[in-house]
Amino acid sequence: MNADICKIGHLQQKACELREHIIDMIHVAKSGHPGGSLSIADIVATLYFDELNIDPEQPQRKDRDRVILSKGHCCPVIYGVLAMKGFFAVEVLQTLRKMGSILQGHPDMKKVPGLDMTTGSLGQGLSVGVGMAFGAKALNMESRVYVILGDGELNEGQVWEAAMSAAKFKLDNLTAIVDCNHLQVDGFCQDVMPIEPIDKKWEAFGWQVVKIDGHDMEQILAAFSTARKSIGKPTCILAETVKGKGVSFMENVCEWHGMAPNDNQCQLAFHELKGGQVQ
Amino acid sequence: MATNSLRTAYGEALVELGKDNKNIVVLEADLGKSTMSCLFQAAYPERYFEMSIAEANMASTAAGLALTGKIPFINSFAVFSTGRCYDQLRQTISIAGLNVKICGSSAGLSDYGDGSTHQSIEDMGLMRGIPGMTVLVPVDAVETTQMVAAMVEHKGPAYIRINRNDLPILTATDRKFEIGKLYTLREGTDAVVFANGVMVSKALAAAEVLAKENISLKVINVPTVKPLDRPAVIAAAAGMKAVVTAEEHSVIGGLGSAIAEALRLEKGVPLDFVGIEDVFGTSALGYDELIEHYGLTAKAIADKVRTLVG
Repeated sequence: MNADICKIGHLQQKACELREHIIDMIHVAKSGHPGGSLSIADIVATLYFDELNIDPEQPQRKDRDRVILSKGHCCPVIYGVLAMKGFFAVEVLQTLRKMGSILQGHPDMKKVPGLDMTTGSLGQGLSVGVGMAFGAKALNMESRVYVILGDGELNEGQVWEAAMSAAKFKLDNLTAIVDCNHLQVDGFCQDVMPIEPIDKKWEAFGWQVVKIDGHDMEQILAAFSTARKSIGKPTCILAETVKGKGVSFMENVCEWHGMAPNDNQCQLAFHELKGGQVQ
Repeated sequence: MATNSLRTAYGEALVELGKDNKNIVVLEADLGKSTMSCLFQAAYPERYFEMSIAEANMASTAAGLALTGKIPFINSFAVFSTGRCYDQLRQTISIAGLNVKICGSSAGLSDYGDGSTHQSIEDMGLMRGIPGMTVLVPVDAVETTQMVAAMVEHKGPAYIRINRNDLPILTATDRKFEIGKLYTLREGTDAVVFANGVMVSKALAAAEVLAKENISLKVINVPTVKPLDRPAVIAAAAGMKAVVTAEEHSVIGGLGSAIAEALRLEKGVPLDFVGIEDVFGTSALGYDELIEHYGLTAKAIADKVRTLVG
């Protein structure tokens, strides 16, 4: 048990550090998407620091696990974690969105070491994950494929095409993680395009569904473990999250979907996050 | 013996190439008996994925397969595999430069009975506009076979536009096909026609007619619309009294546009297009009747050449 408590504390610290990187790089770039990056930070930190079989020394290793950030606009969270894992220098994060930078406004796999897929047009990542999961099985590899989607993104019809096909082909090495932060650009998901109940929809499409608090490391770890044990079914982790999580004035505020903090806001955010780290 | 059907040649080529190259996989959107991807399904069912009527998912799934080292061919009618999947081809496959092959079957007006919704008049233009996309238009079944082999060798996204109907064989089986090369099928000194697909045979017929009027027409088959061999186009057009393009496609964005782009710095080139004049297709009881209706004929080519030669 002590080891588990220790692990959770370690992951919480990594998530906190990741949030600082997110705020910092978007502040420096003067544009970007903090809200949805912060909401998924605990899950991404847990994925990269505990779950994934990856090696920064060999980013292209064939039998690695793979991550597709289908909600590509939240790339600061992936850039941050890849830098923390040592795929490239942490200083590079300061170049987000600059001309010539590897860190484009939406993630480009041809530029970023450790990034498994180019994304930006919503709704396509899960289909790519289906292809990757297929490919891994065809090659008899143990690789697992994780696709991170937004809840607003579920409006895209292609998501459900992919859901259909993943179940048909029994891709139990595929995990979809839905960041249910309940906000999208034009407002609350339930107003913009109500699609609840989401869990029943995934179940009806033939998926194993796990509902968790997306900010609770213990639940995140347990969900990944459940996904690993699935036989013949893909797993959908529905993560209940708070958009802007960790920075009080960004939490559940629609405008922080795609806005950069100014100098004062950046300092305030850091102050809060540092406080969180002490806890 | 040899088939005159381009789509049968396509399906057979996949089967033949798939024998040794186990990385070739085929994805289909519920039109396998039309695209003839069904031949691959019969030969290698474990490498054939029926993705059903969900073309966007098929295209993006192919991207994922390519990322594990596979060489996926995705199949549908040209209107759907380019139009319905355009965003997937652009955003997911081409920006990432993935090794996905796209088959646009029943292209142009060749699905004559089904009408405008199923007739692709702008697919060359759509595909040509995507950076890094190779765009191929076979003239006959033999060239189709050679082209599919070249697509497998080629690294990166490539589109092949396949006519639904049987077409006359113009290509020798021992000819070497190279992506990007122009093929002269008839020499001529007064005028030149750049054509592809079904329009090449029409251009050859036009050359026969014009020869009787002492107009010597050179006929060039352009199976690769992109990347286009610009120096070769410029050289072929040099000194000609007429340059005419002929395609089963809108005059906007296809072969004519590509040739015009290639010649844009050349002075005094008398240029005209034979193609569909910015309108949708329509149903007809036969293919010949339909392409005649849209002026995709030997007569139209000969008329444009005569007018320019003066």
